[in-house]
Amino acid sequence: MIETLLLYLSRPFVQYALIVGVLIALCSSLLGVTLVLKRFSFIGDGLSHVAFGAMAVATVMKLGNEMLLVLPVTVLSAVLLLRTGQRARVKGDAALAMISVGALAFGYLIVNLFSTSSNLSADVCTTLFGATSILTLTEREVWMSVVLSLLVVASFLVFYHKIFAVTFDEEFARATGTDARLYNLIIAVIVAVIIVLAMNLVGSLLISALVIFPALCAMRVYKSFRAVTVCAAVLSVVCALVGLLVAIVAGTPVGSTIVAADALAFGIFSLIGRAKGGNAHA
Amino acid sequence: MTLLTVHELALGYEGKPIVEHLSFALHEGEYLCILGENGSGKTTLMRTLLGLQPPLSGRLLWAEGLKNAVGYLPQQTPVQKDFPASVREVVLSGCQGRMGFRPFYGAAEKAMARENMERTGVLALQDRCYRELSGGQQQRVLLARALCAASRVLLLDEPASGLDPEAREMLYDVIEKLNREGMAVVMITHDLDVARRYASHILRMGRNPVLVPKTEHFARKGGEQA
Repeated sequence: MIETLLLYLSRPFVQYALIVGVLIALCSSLLGVTLVLKRFSFIGDGLSHVAFGAMAVATVMKLGNEMLLVLPVTVLSAVLLLRTGQRARVKGDAALAMISVGALAFGYLIVNLFSTSSNLSADVCTTLFGATSILTLTEREVWMSVVLSLLVVASFLVFYHKIFAVTFDEEFARATGTDARLYNLIIAVIVAVIIVLAMNLVGSLLISALVIFPALCAMRVYKSFRAVTVCAAVLSVVCALVGLLVAIVAGTPVGSTIVAADALAFGIFSLIGRAKGGNAHA
Repeated sequence: MTLLTVHELALGYEGKPIVEHLSFALHEGEYLCILGENGSGKTTLMRTLLGLQPPLSGRLLWAEGLKNAVGYLPQQTPVQKDFPASVREVVLSGCQGRMGFRPFYGAAEKAMARENMERTGVLALQDRCYRELSGGQQQRVLLARALCAASRVLLLDEPASGLDPEAREMLYDVIEKLNREGMAVVMITHDLDVARRYASHILRMGRNPVLVPKTEHFARKGGEQA
């Protein structure tokens, strides 16, 4: 089995998959805590369905580079969703659910009406579950993922304390002169970029798992924001690596295997949290 | 020195006034208690003072350099009940207002956080998880955070609500100490005894809001409980 693994690891497409997988796992875990606490756990679902819809439109319009449409549309939706906050007429979860199913429906409708592909359901299934697209990355896509991931990590580090302040207590932050609106906007943009990136890895249905599982695991055990963030990032990377390797060797679907690894980790961390006597917050 | 001047202020939501013709001034070292029934506009006034919502009409003028240097102790939000954060992280976040676009806290902010944790008696808790503290401890942590943002004024929105008597006493003691050190305090409260004990002035909200010195307020009311 080790030999099979080594053989696979010498292939460029496997190396690409590992690089991109690790980077995406790292990025998606960073804002997990913020999103869980802001009650936006499902934003991964909502936005990835928007991205799916945009992708469908881009395919129909025969755009050369789909990202040109998908990224701006997703960023815009993220900004609109997160901006509404507490005083919105349509509350966060309702707005998310609305956008999520709406975009999914429109995307599928458009693909259905205009698609030229002969195997429609397989195409849709690939977009939703990621299938093996991470194993067919081109060098250009790898570079783009690397650059975007580094940008995400860098901006998270630079805005780390602002993100903390705005998440912990937005009113206080605003009252004491922090431009909460600006930082909420930055959070929204980062989230959107992460989700568009992560669609490659696990497909749009499983992105939420990538965003929230590491954060929830870490919150079971650690008590400070920094420890939780670091633990979530490390855990997410480990789960992605384990999931990818298992998927490659055993031939299971990449996205589902990674999420299964995350879910397993959650079980383990819950037990650790209980053993340490911490109270179980979710 | 006058820290805040409010002139003919009208407050409310979506054009509907709750309070009209509100005029008062806050001076250095004063301890102003805002009394009034639910819905009389106490919290709305505080949010307006903080710039979280615009007044319907009238003027509100902070002294030079105070606009964003006001410490605020809000009522707790549901998010904070689950938030994984250490006490030190929470208190440090009070320095955020003076950071501008600087991304990381420096030695000055860390020293300030430490000093303010000491002032409110939570220094020993600095590595503890905020959500696991008692209600009274949490309020003193948030007070330390407010102090990191404040140089001369603290705004407190029912700081002792939901606390047991002992924690309440301790919190009021800390606030009184801060006031004696020169911090002006504006506090919403339902507790007349507290107002009688600590306040220098009373702002009675309602149809005709008026600010009077404490002695005058309680003399006129004959000490009766509202």
